[in-house]
This record gives sequence, structure tokens and C-alpha cells, in this order.
Amino acid sequence: MRKHDVVIVGAGLAGLRAALELAGKVDVAVVSKVYPSRSHSGAAQGGVAAAMANESDDSPELHMYDTVKGSDYLGDQDAIEIMTRDAPITITEMEHLGCVFSRDGEGRIAQREFGGHSKPRACYAADRTGHALLHTLYEQSFKYKKDITFYNEWYLLDLIYQDGSARGVVVMDMKTGDIEVIHAKAVLFGTGGYGRAYKITSNAFANTGDGIMATYRAGLPLEDMEFVQFHPTGLYQQGILMSEAARGEGGYLLNGNMERFMERYAKSRMELAPRDIVSRAEQTEINEGRGAGPKKDFIYVDLRHLGREKILEKLPQIRQLAIDFLGIDCIDHPIPIQPTAHYSMGGIPASKDCEVYRDEKGTIVKGFYAAGECSCISVHGANRLGTNSLLDATVFGRRAGKSILNYVVGAQHEPVNEAEVKRKARKRIDDLLYTPSTESANDIRNELKGTMTNHVGVYRTKDGLATAHKKLKELQGRFTKVRVEDKGKVFNTEIIEALELSNMLTYSELIIAGAEARTESRGAHARVDFPKRDDVNWMKHTMASADADGAIQLKYKPVVVTKHQPEERKY
Amino acid sequence: MAKTKFLVSRYNAARDTKPYLQEFKLEIPQGATLLDCINLIKWTQDGTLTYRMSCRSAICGSCSMKVNGHARLACKTQAAEAVIDGAITIEPMGNSPLIRDLVVDLEPFFDSIDRVKPFLVPDDSKQWKRETLQSHDDYRKIEDASTCIMCASCWSDCNVLGVDPRFLGPAALAKAQRFVYDSRDNETRDRIEFLSRTTGMWDCTHCAECATRCPTDAKPLFRIKELRTAAMTYKITDNNGARHVLAFRESVGGFLPGVGGGGLLNENYVPIRSVGFFNLDGILSLIPVGIRMIIRGKNPPILPHIIDKIGEVRAMFRRFNDYRKEYRK
Ligand SMILES: Cc1cc2nc3c(=O)[nH]c(=O)nc-3n(C[C@H](O)[C@H](O)[C@H](O)COP(=O)(O)OP(=O)(O)OC[C@H]3O[C@@H](n4cnc5c(N)ncnc54)[C@H](O)[C@@H]3O)c2cc1C
Ligand code: SF4
Ligand code: SF4
Ligand code: FES
Repeated sequence: MRKHDVVIVGAGLAGLRAALELAGKVDVAVVSKVYPSRSHSGAAQGGVAAAMANESDDSPELHMYDTVKGSDYLGDQDAIEIMTRDAPITITEMEHLGCVFSRDGEGRIAQREFGGHSKPRACYAADRTGHALLHTLYEQSFKYKKDITFYNEWYLLDLIYQDGSARGVVVMDMKTGDIEVIHAKAVLFGTGGYGRAYKITSNAFANTGDGIMATYRAGLPLEDMEFVQFHPTGLYQQGILMSEAARGEGGYLLNGNMERFMERYAKSRMELAPRDIVSRAEQTEINEGRGAGPKKDFIYVDLRHLGREKILEKLPQIRQLAIDFLGIDCIDHPIPIQPTAHYSMGGIPASKDCEVYRDEKGTIVKGFYAAGECSCISVHGANRLGTNSLLDATVFGRRAGKSILNYVVGAQHEPVNEAEVKRKARKRIDDLLYTPSTESANDIRNELKGTMTNHVGVYRTKDGLATAHKKLKELQGRFTKVRVEDKGKVFNTEIIEALELSNMLTYSELIIAGAEARTESRGAHARVDFPKRDDVNWMKHTMASADADGAIQLKYKPVVVTKHQPEERKY
Repeated sequence: MAKTKFLVSRYNAARDTKPYLQEFKLEIPQGATLLDCINLIKWTQDGTLTYRMSCRSAICGSCSMKVNGHARLACKTQAAEAVIDGAITIEPMGNSPLIRDLVVDLEPFFDSIDRVKPFLVPDDSKQWKRETLQSHDDYRKIEDASTCIMCASCWSDCNVLGVDPRFLGPAALAKAQRFVYDSRDNETRDRIEFLSRTTGMWDCTHCAECATRCPTDAKPLFRIKELRTAAMTYKITDNNGARHVLAFRESVGGFLPGVGGGGLLNENYVPIRSVGFFNLDGILSLIPVGIRMIIRGKNPPILPHIIDKIGEVRAMFRRFNDYRKEYRK
């Protein structure tokens, strides 16, 4: 058994930022299934929001208002206030740690427009902002290499949770296949999002909600899982992201008739309305026969009028992506796009100090923390504004570090039954390896992803959700007989993929269950049969957990409203 | 469409004494990347096939492998374009211990990054409330290096690493350039001094493999050239590498009569001049390198040859001379 004061699972922005806060002060370990520099944070393109006021007047208060409104009033306003207040200092700190930001004429961090933000607030590094931030933290981890133990390419299997406290994690060393326990006084999850269950998705293969599911399996609740953001500009059929920066820099959205259709949906903000609104507008255009292409099933993002120079300077990466994946150079041609599953608003319920809640009443799990996309604090409510999630991960990673430091100083390692927790984890793997197997994981995965994109996507209906739910049950049944050919121990990626699929099958049902129950439309959750927001009945967060028989149980918890009462959301 | 042959290197230490190529057949779906194809093979033909991947959009750096002999990101390669005579050969990256199939041990690679102190050392005597100002031009100097995604493609194909595993390698040097040229860094001179030691910037032979393989703008060879320029600017020349450049300048520039002026580059002379004519130990220490290069077929021709584009090289030296004069003022 390995022992540390703190174990952090996840080496994206949230995990690494927390580790930095703790390095040198306590014994901290970081576990990640990929090398830290390969965490999905690195794929973020457009920017990170902070009211630096470099390009125009701006203030944290205004940033807070935009975020609350963008969240369709489901965001918890106390947490949003903290995030927007801490944003400038957190980003300034990242700059001092060495982050390579694009600069304005005065040498300050450059800022650009982004959807739903009323001011140019997105600090950026060309169109690879997440990469710049992630690599800055990764560089710092070399500085503190003596103070942080890295378990790179170790896979989280289970959270050790007992009698109200978290005591460590069960992990697998992918290089050897050995299962080990890391015993700790405090555990932080920064394990990222769950967008991988969709066929059209911008997410990395790694975004399979592992941390969220380890939490759920331990018997803890998850919050607002039905809220999945669909980004308006995923590359046609690939889902690969064309950053919102494309529109922030002035790109147009065109339908099959080459009309700027956003005029009909959000006259004042046009292409820069929040993502839920733009994605629905696109889907409506497609559904009503105004899509582009032979099947009329896509939209164009048109950058040609920006000119070669601006594209090369501000949007080099997305130009390259369209060239590599569709063979289209956006300097000369519009790019075919469609809405793509992008961000997980839901996740592990946590306080504004990142302490995980174990129920809807706000009881805290001792020694368990969550930050970044896997958490639901909830600063994004029903719809996240672009550039607010890199901010969320960085601000709350930092806060989690501080809050854990406070906690561990007086805390103990609570007892762990090593043999028992290992046996449980081992059994889950052995069941996959040695039960009679006839089902193909590939088929199950493809059917899952198709179901989620078709029925649990931009628009949802009662019947569609019911169909999806039934299908999910069937797929879960088939998964018990899934075939894993690779019985080897060394770097067995087939077993990892099977574990990831099992996670996807479980949380997808939570998304569906939450969506079936929520008979309103709010932010990213759009019910065709309940098209209006219902503040009387639904100003509340969903809390989903498994009951004693493993069935899904839904409870609810009120939204924290401090400064801004719900109003109609117009752009 | 006809099926394409995928010749994929397989190795499982529990079973195999050495890697071998296994043939798979797959019809390449329209627009599929090489990673899409390898995934299809794993998911529909052989679940034991092992490789790394994550982002599938050329930003995480996980999926580098040798495609027809050269390191590439599988997710950034259109499969159809990689077919040669109906086949694609896929092997693990080079210069790294093999773990399984296409997965190599990356610790030596990441250790190389660690050696260059890969983090900003700002002037922390100053209190700050706001960001440090940096001009757009200064940002441009570090932008290219900052795009590195740590995919190790350059490391895989670097020729010097093949003969001298102590060499810092292209990615670490590119990373180093990012700090040497960062207007906010406070240790520029120390960094250059460290990078000027053996195994550092002067050990690169300009083979350009790294710049050719690099999927981003990091292009290490160019960053290494910038490091060398910095070394000259800071007059950190008391080392073999810098002396080599001075010798090269004499040789190419024709300053030393009889040793190959007029555009003749005497590669056998340059190394000896670089370690110093009177440095016997140094000269002897070159022998193993020479032998190793001969073994690998990389030894320079015994007779001086006229180097390509001598005009450009001369122009470079002219500029370099002007630069030095400028600097002495
Ligand atoms: C294509 C794309 C573009 C985006 N662009 C922007 C943008 O411009 N602005 C913005 O604000 N947001 C953007 N986002 C969202 C933002 O990038 C993410 O929300 C944020 O980076 C999440 O950071 P994180 O630290 O929470 O998780 P991640 O960076 O996803 O890291 C998760 C970590 O958990 C580890 N992990 C997961 N499961 C396991 C396991 N089982 N065992 C061990 N380790 C595990 C992983 O290895 C990884 O280190 C974008 C997202 C995508 C997909
Ligand atoms: S140019 Fe230098 S660093 Fe790059 S591959 Fe060749 S020898 Fe290695
Ligand atoms: S320099 Fe280029 S090839 Fe080398 S690791 Fe970085 S991105 Fe990859
Ligand atoms: S999978 Fe990330 S670079 Fe290819």
C-alpha cells in the first residue's frame, strides 16, 4: 500500500493547479491515466475568461451577471461570484508562472469576444489557450518534482469511501497491470468530463467520466447530469471542435441557402449568442430542411471575409484541423459543421471550497474534494459560457489546494481494508476477462453513442428519451457478456476501454433519467414537449444516486440565488 | 475499394523474443485517419493491439508512431495518403525502449525535458499586481516553441540520439529555446551556458529530421539554430560546439589557406579544430564518435565536398560577423 497525505486523481488544469498549491507543504501524489501534458485541458482552444479589462471596461460583477444569465439561472450565484472575483488574479498568476499568452498593443494579455460575454473577456494564446495553460502547469511540475509524486499512466478504479470519509483510491499501474491502493488523508478528483458517450463529440477518448462513476459506485450522488452542452461548431461528422474563437473573431454561420440565419434567433448577439441557443438554431435549420450539403445535414462556418492574415495569426490551429480532417482550407472555403457534444455541466456535487456533498442537504464527505469539469459546484448551471471552464478548472483547482491544505494539517489516515478494496476492484476486472463472452464492445459502444446523439442530444422528447432508456437497459445487459480478448497484464488497453465503456453505460442512464424527469427547457436541456423554462417547479438541481438495489433515485436541491433574480433570457 | 494491407509491429514480452510485423487487411473508410483505421482493427479484428491515443485531434501528442519508417501522429495522417504499394507499415517510435506493440517507454524522453529546467524563472524581486508586459514581437519569439505537444516524434527520429543517448534531444532543446528567448526569464545566461555543454545544442548535426517530423510549429532544428545565435550573442563560445562554428566559419569562409577555403567544407578538419588542436584528450575522445558514425554509415566523406547553397551559408556568416561587430561596440 502506498501512502501520501493527499492523492489527486487527474493531471489536467484542475488537478495540476491544486498540486502546485500543495507542493512542498504536504506529501502530494498525482495519478493520471495519460501523461499530464496529454490531459484534455490541452485541447481547449478559444480562451479563458477574466475581467482583466485590457480591451474595454469590464468588471467581475458584469462577468458574474453574464455567467448567471448564461447558466439560465441554474448556476449557484455564491460560487459564480467567487469564480469571477478570483478570475483576474488567477490568470495573472498563470502569466507569472510563464504562460505564453497572446499580447495586445500595450503588451498586456490580449482579450477577445466570446459567446454570452458582454465584453471582450477571453484571454487567449492564439487558438490553443488550454494547451498554453496546461503546459505552463506541467512545466511547474518539473520545478516541484521532488515535492509531487506522479503516477503517470495509472488508472483510477475505485474511490475508497467509508463511513462518511474518503480514504484513498484503488488504482492500476497500466505498465504492469498491478492493482494498488493509495492511502491518503484527502482525495481530490479532477478527472474531467463525460462527453465521450455521444457519437458526435469534441471530447478526447479519455473523457469517459471515470472519476464521476467511481464516486457514484461508492454510493454518493451526482448533480445535474442531464445538462450536457452541445457546441455549435463541431467538424461535420467528426465532432472535432472548431473553436468559438472562429465566431469571436468575426466568423459567420450560414445555412444551405447561404443565409446568416442567426438573425432570426438572436438578433443582437447573432453568432455570439450563448452555445445552447446557437446549437438549437442550427438544429432547427437542419430539421426544417435548410441545412447544407446533399443530405442537408450540416451548417457552414464562414471565415473567408476575415482574410488570410487574420486567420493565420489568430486561428492557425482550427485552419489546420479543417485541412487535416476534411481537406478544406478555410481561407478559401466555408467549413461544414454541426452541433457536437462538448461539455459536462453536471458532475460531483461540491461546495465553493470543493468539498464533496454526500446528500441534497449539503452534508460534506470528510476528505473528499472535486474540481474542474468532473465537479458540479455549480458555476455553469444549465449552460456554460465559453471560456468559463478553463477558468473554473484553474480557479477551483487553486481553491481546492488551499482548502485541502487547511484540512490535512489536522487530519489522520483513516483505516483502510486493503485486501477487501483490492479484491472488489480485481473482481470487476476478472468478471470482464473470464465470464463467457459473446458481445462485441465495439457494437455496444457504437449503439450507445448513436442512441445518445439521436435521442438525448440538442432536442429531447418524452418518447425519444424513453426509447433511449430502453436501449440503455438492453446495452447494459449485453455488456455483462462483453468480450475482452486481451488477457495480458502489460498495458492492457482493451481492459481499460471496457472499464470506460461500463462507466459510459452507467452515466448515460443518469443523463437520460434526469432529462426524463425535468419537464422544462433550461439552458442545454431542451424538451420539445416542454419548451418553456419553469421557475416555479424547476429552479433546482438534480441529485441522482443509486438506491440499495442499484436503481436510480432522483432528489433535488435548491439553487443558490444571491444577487440576480431569474428573468427571461434574451440576446 | 480494395483492402489495404496494414503491417503492424507487434511485441509482447511475455511471448515474443523480438518484435515482428503482423498483417491486417482493412478497407480504408473515406476520410479516415490512420488512427481511425488502427482503432477499427483493434475494435473489430484484434483487441490485443496496443497503442496510445486520446484527443484524436493532433493536440495531445499521444499517438505518434512510425508510419512507413518515419514518426507521425496517427490522428493527423489521412490513411489513404500513407498507402505505398497497397500497404502501410506501422512501427513504434524509435530511440525509446519498447513496452508493447506500439507503446514505448517515454521516461527517457520526459527526463530529457526535465534536464533543461523547463520552467520560467522570473525576476521575483519585484512585487506584482498585474501581468508582466511582453511585446507582441517578444511573444512571437517564443510562440513557435510553445506549440510543442510533447509527442516525441522528433526524439524518435533524431539521428544523434541514435548514436549518443546522452544528447538532450530536439524537444528539450526546443523547450529550452522557449525560455532562453522569453523576455520574462531571468536566467538566460545560465541556461545558455548549460545548453552549450557537451550533449547540448552543439551536438545536433542539423540532419533536420526533427523539423521534418514535428507536427507543430515547434520545429526543433530552427529553435536549436536560435539557441546557437543566442550563444554567439552572449559570447558563450568557450566550448567545443561554438569553436566548431568558428572553425566552420574559417573553413567555409576560406580564412585558413590550404584547409578548404572557397566553399570546401572539410568535415574531418572541423571536429579537430573544434576541440582545439592542442587538446589531445579531446581529440582522442572523438574517436568513438567517428567509429560509431562509420558503423552507422554516417561518417563524412574523406574528401572535402562543396556544400550545397554555399552562397547562403556565406551570407549567414556575413550577417554573423556584422552581428559580432555590432555586439562588440
Ligand atoms: C475541444 C475542446 C475545446 C475546449 N475549449 C475551451 C475553451 O476555449 N475555453 C474553456 O474555458 N474551456 C474549453 N473547453 C473545456 C475545458 O477544456 C475543460 O472543461 C477543462 O479543461 C477540464 O479540465 P479538467 O482539469 O477538469 O480535466 P481534464 O483536463 O479533462 O483532465 C482530466 C484528467 O483526469 C485524468 N483521469 C480521468 N480519468 C482517469 C482515471 N480513470 N484514472 C486516472 N486518471 C484519470 C486524465 O488523465 C486527466 O489528467 C474545451 C473542451 C474541449 C473538449
Ligand atoms: S536536426 Fe539535430 S536535433 Fe534535429 S533530429 Fe537532426 S540531429 Fe537531432
Ligand atoms: S518538438 Fe515537435 S515533434 Fe518534438 S515533441 Fe514537440 S511537437 Fe513533437
Ligand atoms: S490522439 Fe492526440 S495527438 Fe493523436
